[in-house]
Amino acid sequence: MQKVQNNKAWWLVLPVFLLVAFSALIPLMTVVNYSVQDIFGPGQAFYVGTEWFKEVLSNERLQDSLIRQFIFSGAVLLIQIPLGIGVALMMPKSGIKGSLCLILLAIPLLIPWNVVGTIWQIFARGDIGLFGWGINQLGIDYNYTGDTLDAWLTVLLMDVWHWTPLVALLCYSGLRAIPEAFYQAAEIDRASKWAVFRYIQLPRLKSVLIIAVLLRFMDSFMIYIEPFVLTGGGPGSSTTFLSQTLTTMAIGQFDLGRAAAFSLIYFLIVLLISWLFFTAITHADKEK
Amino acid sequence: MAEIQLKSLAHSYSDRPEGPDDYAIRQLDHVWHKGGAYALLGPSGCGKSTMLNIISGLVQPSEGDVLFDGKRVNELSPRDRNIAQVFQFPVIYDSMTVYDNLAFPLKNNKVPASKIKARVHEIAEVLEIEDKLYKKAKNLTADEKQKVSMGRGLVREDVSAILFDEPLTVIDPQLKWKLRRKLKQIHEQFDITMVYVTHDQLEASTFADKIAVMYGGQIVQFGTPTELFEQPNHTFVGFFIGSPGMNLIEVQRCPRGVCFGSTVVALQPWQVDVLKRTRSTNIKIGIRPEFVEVSSVASDDTFEAEVLDVEDLGTYKIVTVQLDHEKMKVRQSEDFAASIGSRVHLSFPKQWLKLYVDEFLVQEQQ
Repeated sequence: MQKVQNNKAWWLVLPVFLLVAFSALIPLMTVVNYSVQDIFGPGQAFYVGTEWFKEVLSNERLQDSLIRQFIFSGAVLLIQIPLGIGVALMMPKSGIKGSLCLILLAIPLLIPWNVVGTIWQIFARGDIGLFGWGINQLGIDYNYTGDTLDAWLTVLLMDVWHWTPLVALLCYSGLRAIPEAFYQAAEIDRASKWAVFRYIQLPRLKSVLIIAVLLRFMDSFMIYIEPFVLTGGGPGSSTTFLSQTLTTMAIGQFDLGRAAAFSLIYFLIVLLISWLFFTAITHADKEK
Repeated sequence: MAEIQLKSLAHSYSDRPEGPDDYAIRQLDHVWHKGGAYALLGPSGCGKSTMLNIISGLVQPSEGDVLFDGKRVNELSPRDRNIAQVFQFPVIYDSMTVYDNLAFPLKNNKVPASKIKARVHEIAEVLEIEDKLYKKAKNLTADEKQKVSMGRGLVREDVSAILFDEPLTVIDPQLKWKLRRKLKQIHEQFDITMVYVTHDQLEASTFADKIAVMYGGQIVQFGTPTELFEQPNHTFVGFFIGSPGMNLIEVQRCPRGVCFGSTVVALQPWQVDVLKRTRSTNIKIGIRPEFVEVSSVASDDTFEAEVLDVEDLGTYKIVTVQLDHEKMKVRQSEDFAASIGSRVHLSFPKQWLKLYVDEFLVQEQQ
């Protein structure tokens, strides 16, 4: 058969090409462009190579907030993933109670970020907030605006309150997808509750857990509005996370070159760690 | 091992059963004796799986009792009944290796490690999956998975019984036959009570010493394959066992026997006596295609029929004939030569002509 050469077919690739260009390449290239130049104004740009990157990487303020960011995201994952699984395991399997639980659980997810920050800012206040007042009444000295540890705990608690339901909902859907036959077989095999969890539920939650871990990691690593509203990054800079540092640099100081280099590093870190998580989990139990 | 007794058992999946139609199992009494190999045979939806799940404890019966060695176990969970069950579709723990899958029930029972190892290898050898022991179970083919599933049921030595719920559905026919023999061997070797649910009569008769035929939530007959064939206790057994099934003809009472259309069939005196005593109008006669005799010459007790169709099945022929308005199947040897449309003469040997009143066999009083 004669093969027909028709290069017009390349036009069919155009939509995809445009989509990728607009969604990823062009905006990213703008940032790349800024990160290698020093731009004072129109027509006054100087190529500086990797200088911004070197400067950003050696900047102590950024290093500190990066370390804080890692601690925060680590804590978020360590608390929210097991807690979410636990909540999902305890939820009623079906019926009106199950639906009610789902609705109650989903409420925090529907609240806008800045409202969450505001809620907790008031809720945790020692003078007028129920939570802060209650803790103080117990005889514990608690003040999130003044004490570093208290501020940290409050930010963490807020994030746990806001986002654990997401993990729980994902796990709940994963648990519901396990056929009844597996539980029956486990019952017949006289498996303990722990064995059922370890060998049936957990392996079958793997795919939703990958999603949960990645989502929670990315979101928590990019957290901005909630701590900004709650503590403003304080006391001092103890709850200033990466994105807030970046914003201060880009908008507050209008240091575009440095901010662009920082953005790229930030993006690469998120990408790298997500990839690490994904590979680690999916390859965890490969064929021997 | 245990003797499993079901006492006036009934089960409905609805909370407020209203009529008999709401019941998956209706008023059933049955005993599975210790160490027997039994099959539970019936069409889809007749309550077989429900009954199995009631025995294992996965389902709580709505009425009646389940007794193990005379002890009521209704409230006991499957783990406390110490029973093994193999499901229709393979259930494997896919994060474990084949070895760990097989060892799982033993580990849960706190069997010592050396014993586990010996036992797992023994069962793996029987099922011919020894070479796959250290593979991840999720990478197996469907029938290997089912073997692992079965292995988990067989691996425990101390079980009260092993229940099989159509375990060979996903297995290809060649292997099916082999595995059935395997199960039979295992039964002979370990002498465990086994109940095997199937809707395939061949599967039932190759595996079991005795078969319980279930229909409409009841066990309509419990007997050896020969008994089911020769003395079907219920029209359903006649129809379901054998291929083709029994010829069943609806008839009316007549002097000295029964009749349909213009055909009069004489019965034995005791059968006529029973007919006189009952008022039911639901009367049927039945005869297996294997027992109908065909001849080319007429005599006193033959009925003339027309040959409608002849199917050659290689080693025998199935002949469809029309007697009056009723179609009947007759099994004949390969040398049956009558052509379609020709007339033949049928006779029904007395001992094989069965009488059914209200679907149940009328038996001779001793």
